[in-house]
Amino acid sequence: MAKYEAVIGLEAHVHLETKTKAFCGCSTEFGQLPNSQVCPVCLGFPGSLPVLNELAFKYAIKVGLALNCTVQGSTKFDRKHYYYPDLPKNYQISQYDRPISKDGFLDIYLGQEPKRIRIKRVHLEEDAGKLIHQDDRSLIDFNRAGIPLLEIVTEPDISSPEEAYEYLADLKNIIEYLDVSDCDMEKGSLRCDANISIRLEGNKELGVKTELKNMNSFKGVKDALAYEIERQIGLVESGDKIVQQTRLWDVKELKTISMRTKEEAKDYRYFPEPDLPLFMIEQEEIAKIKKEIAELPKEKSRRFMKEYGLSEYDARILVANKSNADYAEKCFKAWPGGDKKPVANWLIGPVTSTANAAKVEISQVNIPPAHLSELIVLVEREQVISHLTGKAVLEEMAATGASASFIIRKKNLAQISDEAALEKEIEAVIRENTKSVEDFQAGKGNSLMFLIGQVMKKTKGKANPKKVQEILKRRLR
Amino acid sequence: MDLNTLTGLNLIEKLNKKEISARDILESLEKSIQSKDSKIKAYVRSQALHLPEQLADYSKTTLKGIPIAIKDNICTEGFNTECCSKILVGFRPPYDATVIRKLKDAGAFIFPYKTNMDEFAFGSSTENSCFGPTHNPRNPEYVPGGSSGGSAAAVSSDQAIWALGSDTGGSIRQPAAFCGVVGLKPTYGLVSRYGLIAFASSLDQIGPITKDVSDCALLLSIIAGRDNLDSTSVNPEGCDYSTSLEKNIEGMRIGIPKEYFIEGIDLKVKKAVLEAIEVLKKLGAKCREVSLPHTEYAVPVYYIIATAEASSNLARFDGVQYGLREKARDIIAMYKKTRDLGFGQEAKRRILLGTFALSHGYYDAYYLKATRVRNLIYQDFVNVFKDCDCIVTPTSPTAAFKIGEKIEDPLKMYLSDIFTISANLAGIPAISIPCGCTAQGLPIGLQILSKHFAEGDLLRLAYAYEQNTSWHKVRPKLEPS
Repeated sequence: MAKYEAVIGLEAHVHLETKTKAFCGCSTEFGQLPNSQVCPVCLGFPGSLPVLNELAFKYAIKVGLALNCTVQGSTKFDRKHYYYPDLPKNYQISQYDRPISKDGFLDIYLGQEPKRIRIKRVHLEEDAGKLIHQDDRSLIDFNRAGIPLLEIVTEPDISSPEEAYEYLADLKNIIEYLDVSDCDMEKGSLRCDANISIRLEGNKELGVKTELKNMNSFKGVKDALAYEIERQIGLVESGDKIVQQTRLWDVKELKTISMRTKEEAKDYRYFPEPDLPLFMIEQEEIAKIKKEIAELPKEKSRRFMKEYGLSEYDARILVANKSNADYAEKCFKAWPGGDKKPVANWLIGPVTSTANAAKVEISQVNIPPAHLSELIVLVEREQVISHLTGKAVLEEMAATGASASFIIRKKNLAQISDEAALEKEIEAVIRENTKSVEDFQAGKGNSLMFLIGQVMKKTKGKANPKKVQEILKRRLR
Repeated sequence: MDLNTLTGLNLIEKLNKKEISARDILESLEKSIQSKDSKIKAYVRSQALHLPEQLADYSKTTLKGIPIAIKDNICTEGFNTECCSKILVGFRPPYDATVIRKLKDAGAFIFPYKTNMDEFAFGSSTENSCFGPTHNPRNPEYVPGGSSGGSAAAVSSDQAIWALGSDTGGSIRQPAAFCGVVGLKPTYGLVSRYGLIAFASSLDQIGPITKDVSDCALLLSIIAGRDNLDSTSVNPEGCDYSTSLEKNIEGMRIGIPKEYFIEGIDLKVKKAVLEAIEVLKKLGAKCREVSLPHTEYAVPVYYIIATAEASSNLARFDGVQYGLREKARDIIAMYKKTRDLGFGQEAKRRILLGTFALSHGYYDAYYLKATRVRNLIYQDFVNVFKDCDCIVTPTSPTAAFKIGEKIEDPLKMYLSDIFTISANLAGIPAISIPCGCTAQGLPIGLQILSKHFAEGDLLRLAYAYEQNTSWHKVRPKLEPS
């Protein structure tokens, strides 16, 4: 690879989360009975006409703005023709030479320095239906046909599979923040194609590119690109030519396979969609939508650092998902103190572990911010329970929805910090472990830990370890 | 007097006076169809004619249950809508076109038989129908014009009180002229296209075909107006075209474009139109020669834009969801076989022309250039309408031609639309009204064009002419078969 560099451009398709389809009033709800969400318009019945979903249009502008694009003063739709049974009209209403917005960028961070990925265009189009192959026949579900899709195309500014992954993760993050799509690749609400070529490092000229399709996960994109880079290098090294073609990622075989070559490339015969007018976008409208854009991840992480004193690392982790960031912010606010570090530690540590175990996001763990805050107070400040017990209580809280104090009381988990009570137990341990006591007094620090452990054992873990240490040290001095 | 020979407004009057019932009209039409249509073939008979035993109560409606004939490319829920194409045989739309809904709301009875047409409205003679040609009621050896030939012939032969047609390049006006009836193509966007099976989306308009101008104004008032289902429809100010008909035309400024009186125009047609202009002058209109310099490009521009859009609009007829499906070994073979058997000669010709015009490498030279010239044609009209209220021309260079005369020569056929196409390209309204007869007794049409949404002016002028002439009262004398 050293000699070569990859030149990658990505084309992401994002399902916009509107209640109704792009050009008709049918519901977009996922997972309904096949062909239960259709009408003459999305079925492309003769005589039917499209009417643009204003919300989808607004979402498209929003995404364009969030990606630093210029929103066009006027935009139009075009028909893209190809024959496929899941495409009811045998053309797709898309946008060709006047996309809603263009010329933006997204900065990604792999190292310390940001890398700018230029966004070529963002346009709105309709999705196709879905073919279901059964034995010797094929069935079509048109529920998906007409769902608004946003196509986001980058310039070929991406140089590695890792950058591609990072770009997609950031893009998903931003779109989630805008609340216009759930970007779930498994559900198909985010799909991605890639254009890739290689060239000798330092070379200005672009190599012959291939187009990669059928990558159904972020990892798929990364793996397919890595495979394709190796394949192309292999071809060049062995003196073969790279053929311009479309290749499919085979997720089972972990390789790309040829689908069609340039000679077989389709002529989409684009022309302006005569059933829809030219759409003018007023500057005031753009300004209004701009105002509606909520804080994006980068701004949020900067603010978290400033307002809550978080480290850059902690802030980045917490803003990586919008609902998590919102949850974290509520927890910070519930915490009675200026230094929010303990809360961040708990969120990134124990709360994340609990969430991971349940395979959910931290915002979905069933713990109200006030409950979490109380738990952290009980552990970190008042030391009513130990850290270890605290984690167990957290799990119990997530499972039952009960508050920390309730669980501690019910299960009698409160630490014994009362010196008189502890003295009694410590007395017994000193008596029973004369050897360790002697070792400690001879200067073996480890023995102290052993003695503390013995006290903890006797109190079934409820002794306040700090207090035990204090008393032991005092007694054995 | 047979009820089927009356106009819609005459019938409304009789119905209001309770002299007759809607049922009487229906029966009179049924009788007329039984006696005449085997010869004229204005209607498509791909389904049985089931007239209801009991009609709804129409007493509180505008149209009182008067039947209306509908062209086979306008969707009618539950009735076959086949565009006279094999590829759509048996297609029953699950919905009504907006115009049908509006007509129903106004109390029209939608006649179950649809009217014949050129397949997908591709033609000027109604010979390109998979159900066979319609005959001109004035002389069955002649074509009724097209593509709305069935609607025009049905009205002309009193087999319909009135009808709807569609006009992409003259498909309402030219058959209206050939059959001696009134036909109006509204301003693009005045009437919803929702439910009109598209030929060329940027040119198509639905419009009325009637026995006189008053009926035309009434039907237009009912079907006009913004429809939320059609993004290209607009709401003009005031859609009542009936009330202003009687206003005089004194001082109305009329342009006579010199490009429309060129060589090749039938002398009898020219004479009839010039005579009509004299009538208008006598009524106080100010007529003068004007120029629409880009007229000669209208036909080539039209055949690029219209076929390009048609090739796209017809892509959906693939055998997958509805209509004809031929069995084949795989999906591509099924597409090919279905479309090969389903489309007629002219449809294939236009799909190929349009596909070519949109193809990679040809788009700029053909489609894009055509849209630019289209704009020049539009500008011609804008310029003329600075000093004119209406433009008057012949509807067609000739009267009806014989069945079979032009069918083998598409170019000759295309040129019969030479005077009607410009209105579609410019999006302006145009009407054809009867203004004379040839020696063979074939009707001649007068075309009046006006500014966007100035249907009021156009109808007023047409009405004034009609009130002072009697060409619209000439009816074919058909021997019962």
